Amino acid sequence: MAEQSWFFEFPEMDRADVVALRRFLDGAYRDFSRSYGDAIETVFNPLLFFMVWFEKLLLGMPWLLVLAALTGLAYWASRSAKLTLAVTAAFLLIGYFGMWDDTMRTLSIITVATLLSIVLGVPVGIMMARSDRMQNVVTPVLDIMQTMPAFVYLIPVVMLLGIGKVPGLIAVVVYAIPPLIRLTNLGIRLVDRDVQEAAVAFGATPLQRLLGVQLPLAMPTIMAGVNQTIMMALGMVVIASMIGVQGLGQPVLKSITNQYFTMGLLNGLAIVAIAITFDRVSQAYAKRSQRHLQGLQGD
Amino acid sequence: MTEPLIRIEDLYKVFGPSPETVMPMVREGRPKDDILAETGHTVGLRDINLDIDRGSIFVIMGLSGSGKSTLIRHLNRLIDPTEGAVTVGGVDVTRLTPPELRDLRRYKMSMVFQRFGLLPHRTVLQNVAFGLTIQQVETAGRNEKARKWLRTVGLEGYEDQYPAQLSGGEQQRVGLARALCTDPEILLMDEAFSALDPLIRSDLQKQLLELHRRLRKTIVFITHDLDEALRLGDRIAILKDGALSQVGRPEEILLSPADSYVEAFVRDVNRARALTVGAVMKAPVRRLTATTIGGALAQMRDWPGTFGYLFQDNRYRGVVTQDALKDADSGSDTSDHALTGLAVRGPTLTPDISLQDALPVVLESAFPVPVLSRDGGYTGILSAKDVAGILAGADSTAMGNGHATERR
Repeated sequence: MAEQSWFFEFPEMDRADVVALRRFLDGAYRDFSRSYGDAIETVFNPLLFFMVWFEKLLLGMPWLLVLAALTGLAYWASRSAKLTLAVTAAFLLIGYFGMWDDTMRTLSIITVATLLSIVLGVPVGIMMARSDRMQNVVTPVLDIMQTMPAFVYLIPVVMLLGIGKVPGLIAVVVYAIPPLIRLTNLGIRLVDRDVQEAAVAFGATPLQRLLGVQLPLAMPTIMAGVNQTIMMALGMVVIASMIGVQGLGQPVLKSITNQYFTMGLLNGLAIVAIAITFDRVSQAYAKRSQRHLQGLQGD
Repeated sequence: MTEPLIRIEDLYKVFGPSPETVMPMVREGRPKDDILAETGHTVGLRDINLDIDRGSIFVIMGLSGSGKSTLIRHLNRLIDPTEGAVTVGGVDVTRLTPPELRDLRRYKMSMVFQRFGLLPHRTVLQNVAFGLTIQQVETAGRNEKARKWLRTVGLEGYEDQYPAQLSGGEQQRVGLARALCTDPEILLMDEAFSALDPLIRSDLQKQLLELHRRLRKTIVFITHDLDEALRLGDRIAILKDGALSQVGRPEEILLSPADSYVEAFVRDVNRARALTVGAVMKAPVRRLTATTIGGALAQMRDWPGTFGYLFQDNRYRGVVTQDALKDADSGSDTSDHALTGLAVRGPTLTPDISLQDALPVVLESAFPVPVLSRDGGYTGILSAKDVAGILAGADSTAMGNGHATERR
């Protein structure tokens, strides 16, 4: 009977071995974070300063000025009076319901996370587009980043850097960067071969080809990636609030634990309002800047 | 003989994971399909040897898959050869370092593409100036040149349009202007007109020939259309399955095809339109150079015919018949003025007009029509009989075809 038990029960790893493995990995990571945690934190310091500065800027400015800046930005990007009016109304309502400061904090982390994602993601996407081997290596990493529950990678980040803005930012970027990398890669790979060949035939260097042909022609796709990154970053705001990121996520978290339905709903709607604002404005901008391509899209 | 500008020697191209291993089979002359089935390698080009003269239009013709686009891409090394050498102006292109190669592409050669290859996000002017942008010429200088070339191709006023707003023919004019804007020695044209409507294509062919007459660039032109090849080419190379079938002047290809493959191509060509008077005319004879009627009669006595073409001061005066001379000889006026008076000013031809246009002239003339060069020099004659012979060759094959299809 004992002979056949493996047939009905999975031949598991020995319990003692599991404990030993866990101890080993946990211990190793703890030692790593103890000895290098401070050093790694200093690496992120410039980022922290920038985030703090930007948040203070948004919070310190008179609300009318911020609102004017947002309205101006929306109009410049979309050239649509209707859209601009909707954005203004949304932010007025947010302020009226007392969520102005939290919204500014969320805007600040979203902005920094998006910028960081672009700075890191676009070059990775370019490298992926240039080499199939790179693509084969990076793609599974992106799969892991997108499917691994956020809480799982929050653990090592918090162990390493503690609770606060920087680990929150890292969590947001890890979650939000994959679509940008994927779409940058895709966009460049889809650039018309003929146009690229023409550039080479006129003696363009690889850099001239990248900056003059590949990136501009991939721009609509890359912009779609930026758009997705913003959306995903906003979705991460609530989870990031669990490790001390201030903003609209924290009241939501409080509402969950205390069952404040209205408070949760209002803050949730504020996040939705920001998301829709970013989405519509960035899409309107992308569409406007690619207008001259319209004739080609029919081909 | 001057050195050819471009010389291709023993060029082979095999596509696949390890071309070197397949080369012995290729050199043995094994068929392309066998090599593909046995090794998974595709033979792109096989033993190509070509000389392209400076200032000529060289047409490479073949059907799709014949390797013509592969061949033209060896000239600026968009494709690296498996074996062989491509020499441009004495320099072996296959040995250039990447920076040298970029200089070759920037300053010596430029290319026009079948599907235009324009930058959709740049204006027409910026597209034309593209080559100069790559060369890092400053904005004012490159825009000035780009405007000049846009004017040359007849697109003045389109500077600020985007390519998508232009028709196919206009886009290819932009492509042509872009290629000319870097003032290259050599123009590579890869099926440049194949994507265009027949009328627009014919327009652009005309424009290209005019530009060529003015600029005297060396043009390597790829096409799958024999009519186009015959119209444009000073010399034509015919490719089949990556190997050359025949290289020669248009009339050589048309009148003496080297093998059945070329013959099959040539059969469908409208000879009257494809051949020029210059290609089929006979050597000039019966040139009357005498200044007096008596001299003319003496000169004519040695000829089989009873007429001559009178030239005075290197100018053609007309046809003079023996009868007219004899009638006049009995009179008293023997000055050369009298001889001129006897000449009947008939029709003449120039070597560059097509047989089709020459046909009515030749048929209506009682005498073979003299062919005069642009400066009036006597270069040949063309008779109705000659023309009939040339066209009959085409007609009989066409009729043969008709019967064959009917029987089926």
